[in-house]
Amino acid sequence: MKKHDTGQGKTAFSATLSRAFPQLLLTLALLVLVIFLSVSSDYFWAWKNFRNILDQCSVYLILSLGMAFVIASGGIDLSVGSVAGMCGVIMAVLMHGGVATYPAILLGIAIGVVSGVVNGVIVALIRVNPFITTLATMTITRGVALILTGGVSIYGFAQSFKWWGTGDIGPLNPPIVLSLLLTLAAFVVMRRTLWGKYSLSLGGNAEALRRSGVRVNLYRISIYAVSGFCAAVAGLIMTARLNSAAPLAGSTYEMDAIAAVVLGGGSLNGGSGSIFGVFIACITLSVLRNGLTLLSIPTYFQQLITGGVILIAIIIAQIRNNRDRSH
Amino acid sequence: MNERQPYIRVENLKKNFGHIEALKGASLEAYPGEILAIVGDNGAGKSTLIKALSGAITPDGGVISIDGQSFAHLTPKLAEEKGITTVYQDLALVNTQTVWENIFLGHEYRRWGWLNKKKMRRETAELLERLQVSIPDQESVVADLSGGQRQALAVARAIRQGGKMIILDEPTAAMGLKETAAVQKLIRHLADQGYGVIIISHNIPQVFELSDRICVIRQGKVLAVLDTKSVTADDIVCMIVGGSASNGAKQ
Repeated sequence: MKKHDTGQGKTAFSATLSRAFPQLLLTLALLVLVIFLSVSSDYFWAWKNFRNILDQCSVYLILSLGMAFVIASGGIDLSVGSVAGMCGVIMAVLMHGGVATYPAILLGIAIGVVSGVVNGVIVALIRVNPFITTLATMTITRGVALILTGGVSIYGFAQSFKWWGTGDIGPLNPPIVLSLLLTLAAFVVMRRTLWGKYSLSLGGNAEALRRSGVRVNLYRISIYAVSGFCAAVAGLIMTARLNSAAPLAGSTYEMDAIAAVVLGGGSLNGGSGSIFGVFIACITLSVLRNGLTLLSIPTYFQQLITGGVILIAIIIAQIRNNRDRSH
Repeated sequence: MNERQPYIRVENLKKNFGHIEALKGASLEAYPGEILAIVGDNGAGKSTLIKALSGAITPDGGVISIDGQSFAHLTPKLAEEKGITTVYQDLALVNTQTVWENIFLGHEYRRWGWLNKKKMRRETAELLERLQVSIPDQESVVADLSGGQRQALAVARAIRQGGKMIILDEPTAAMGLKETAAVQKLIRHLADQGYGVIIISHNIPQVFELSDRICVIRQGKVLAVLDTKSVTADDIVCMIVGGSASNGAKQ
């Protein structure tokens, strides 16, 4: 029997290629960067330097993983840098108050999750714009960190705590291992679980999901909770690595996380996101920063160049996206 | 007279919004295997009637019987359980996701906690084959489908969710001629397979081409339910705007 020909759409192969374009472009840029730095610097092609890149990348990567789900769901979380800083401070205050290392870590992470739940409840149930909500909670959590510390860094922790930032796990260290494990988990969750699929569906069409009988508010709140969890783990690494809990730690880290998600192919309109893309984006930005340092580019110029590269990459991806939509 | 048992029977349905009487005692019947078109001017009460049938609003009076079981009102979940699924004009598809992901949206198969993509892909292929819907690749995302393909996908999802009576709100609005014809063929195919179909349409030629019966609603009341073959387009337009049918009307 003849099928009802309901018109011509785009072929799946060209559509898949188009969707993977940001990741392909980014991978190519990373390869070019690695080749250029290998030729330009004697110090780049060394395991110690690669480990350093992965280590520096770990905090941004963990923050970006939570952000990837939030952005995929059509939201944004500006509070992650501040929550990371606050959770580090809370762990420090608890340990200096006599609480053992692991209960302090767990309590700090729990508070990160609660911060995420608060964001989620305000966004999902009270329907306040996520940008405004998380801008406010960013300020509140930073305020909490300043109040708890009196504006002064808390330093000096037990070895069991410092291990999370400076220890060794074979040729790697805990921040690298933790960030890679969380990346792997996020990759599997986004591609293979209902929660990951609904994160993307929420950003694609929340109303369609609601009409399908899915409790969208519950999913939205849980996504912000995961972002809070990631921020707290990042706070643990930051504090343990420096053996110091600074009240202003993590400032503007949310911007790096957002940049990594968008560079990795996530749309700020929601509905799309790639954990592989986020991973490559974080590595690329870390390699870029590392390369600029190795080439002795002054710090102020590093900021300028990094920002410029992010902008150019996003513009190229958007031009390509616009061209696809007009076809 | 139709001797079959109606799948849906609406009796004396009433609904007020503040002081506005949107439905003033509407009654109609819809049968499996037939296409019933509901026509009426803007504000006549078509959408209110459909929303009451899909459980989106609670009527103030009257009875809705589904497959012999009577209800004072429905909820969206109950309506779906009873086999009434509504495809609204916006289609409620996730543009960034694939055909099979949309077919199973909210009703995904899982195995050991993981999404069972293989089973969902296989059943999507079977469903599209059964409904004779031509979508070349179920891995395509909705944003890359044509308007006709999207409508067909929304209908397929309604069937997949257990729909026995499919309500279509302006199913071919803003579509080209070829796509409209294909969607109309799909709707006819559904009725031939035994599904009941209710369409709301402002497109009178389409109503005549497609439907078995026409229900005219005016000012919150069902003015007439007519066999499509027994009336002309002029009769229907006349009733919609305030005249009366020349023949064949069952008041």
